[in-house]
Amino acid sequence: MHSFCAVFKRELKSYFTTPVAYVFLVVFLFFSGYLTFKQGFFEIRQADMQAFFMNMPLLFVFMVPATSMRLWSEERRIGSIELLLTLPITVTQAVLGKFFAAWLFLVIALALTFPMVITVSFLGNPDAGLIITGYLGSVLMAGGFLAVGCFFSAVSKNQVISFVLSVVACAILVYAGLPSTLNYLSTFLPAGLVSAIGNISLQSHFESLQKGVLEFKDLSYFVLLIIGWIAGCSFILDERKAS
Amino acid sequence: MISINELRRNFGPIVAVNGVSFNVGKGEVLGLLGPNGAGKSTLMKMLACFQKPDSGTATICGYDIIENPVEVRKSIGYLAENVPLYNEMTVGDFLNFICDAREIKGKNRKQALDRIVPMCSVESVYHQTIDTLSKGYKRRVGLAQTLIHDPDVLILDEPTDGLDPNQKHEVRDLINNMSKDKCIIVSTHILEEVEAVCSRTIIIAKGEILVDSTPEKLKKEHQCGLDEIFRKITRTKAA
Repeated sequence: MHSFCAVFKRELKSYFTTPVAYVFLVVFLFFSGYLTFKQGFFEIRQADMQAFFMNMPLLFVFMVPATSMRLWSEERRIGSIELLLTLPITVTQAVLGKFFAAWLFLVIALALTFPMVITVSFLGNPDAGLIITGYLGSVLMAGGFLAVGCFFSAVSKNQVISFVLSVVACAILVYAGLPSTLNYLSTFLPAGLVSAIGNISLQSHFESLQKGVLEFKDLSYFVLLIIGWIAGCSFILDERKAS
Repeated sequence: MISINELRRNFGPIVAVNGVSFNVGKGEVLGLLGPNGAGKSTLMKMLACFQKPDSGTATICGYDIIENPVEVRKSIGYLAENVPLYNEMTVGDFLNFICDAREIKGKNRKQALDRIVPMCSVESVYHQTIDTLSKGYKRRVGLAQTLIHDPDVLILDEPTDGLDPNQKHEVRDLINNMSKDKCIIVSTHILEEVEAVCSRTIIIAKGEILVDSTPEKLKKEHQCGLDEIFRKITRTKAA
């Protein structure tokens, strides 16, 4: 446990000792607000945060890989992975330490969108449950994308390659489940396969949380998504750490 | 303390380490010599449990490098070839991170830092970011990281590479002072270093041990300096 904590602490601190955290936070907070108001937050005349949460997948497709691309690529490029993995730390502990630090950082970024909650509460009487499940969905989605990013960061020493691969993988996870994509796929794929693709996609699970529906299948989807990609990351890192 | 048994490692068609076996005991300082690409670093990486051997194994302080890598890493101090560090951290933060990872807490941490910081002469840069340090200071920080838990076994991959003559001298003194109660493996290209610190020397080329002797014996046998002996032995192998 102490090894996990050591990696977690170091990683979280490193976000704030470099400009990474501040650049990320400013860009994320700006666009999360900008997109919400641009998409008719006032015009809807409803005191809820739907307009805010519906932009999260699009924002996270770009922002989360930007956070995760450095996790392992940089360690491998500058060689500090040799330092880290010759300390009494296992690969899994190191992967989990870094993953949870990055996740907490994204949770902090989401928490800093609290003025949105204040605005909605000031303008009307929003349903607190909807806001809570919306945030829960966003946190889980951030974790899922982060696990994907973590994996691709371990794949290449080059951060740009890691970023591009993660963006593509995250975009597929989101866009495969959009109604327009599923409609198109149903023209030439059997219905069972189309529904499977819809279930594998993150979109439907995120949407049901956004609607305030807290179901076991949605939560287990995110948990499995995270565990699967993190396990892949540990495996690939163990194989390729010294290459 | 270190027992290496038929360690072998290939990189594709290239044989990096080819069935190397030897033992190193307490109080010994073993100088690992060899031309570039001889397999010194690969051997050390395998001992530090960073790279897995294709076959063979080794035990360090009674722990097997394949079955018990975490215990092995607890008992060794490993200084990698290019001294990788976390450049965005200050020296103090970095050493505290190493203490966290090695579970050195409270009073023990204070004692460890009070011992290691003056020992490696990093007091003056303790609050400085590692990125801003000179090569010599970076290497000292690397050494501090290696020695902070006072390990029984030290594996140092070219510890004096890139240091100025004064710094080289300091590092050699440091190794000499610790040599009595530790088991140390040093890889180097600098032959005078072998004479200055090593009680035993192994010359390897193309992943195989060519010579296992002491610097004094070697000089006596060949009636010439280590430089010449090194050239003779490694060139014969290359041919």
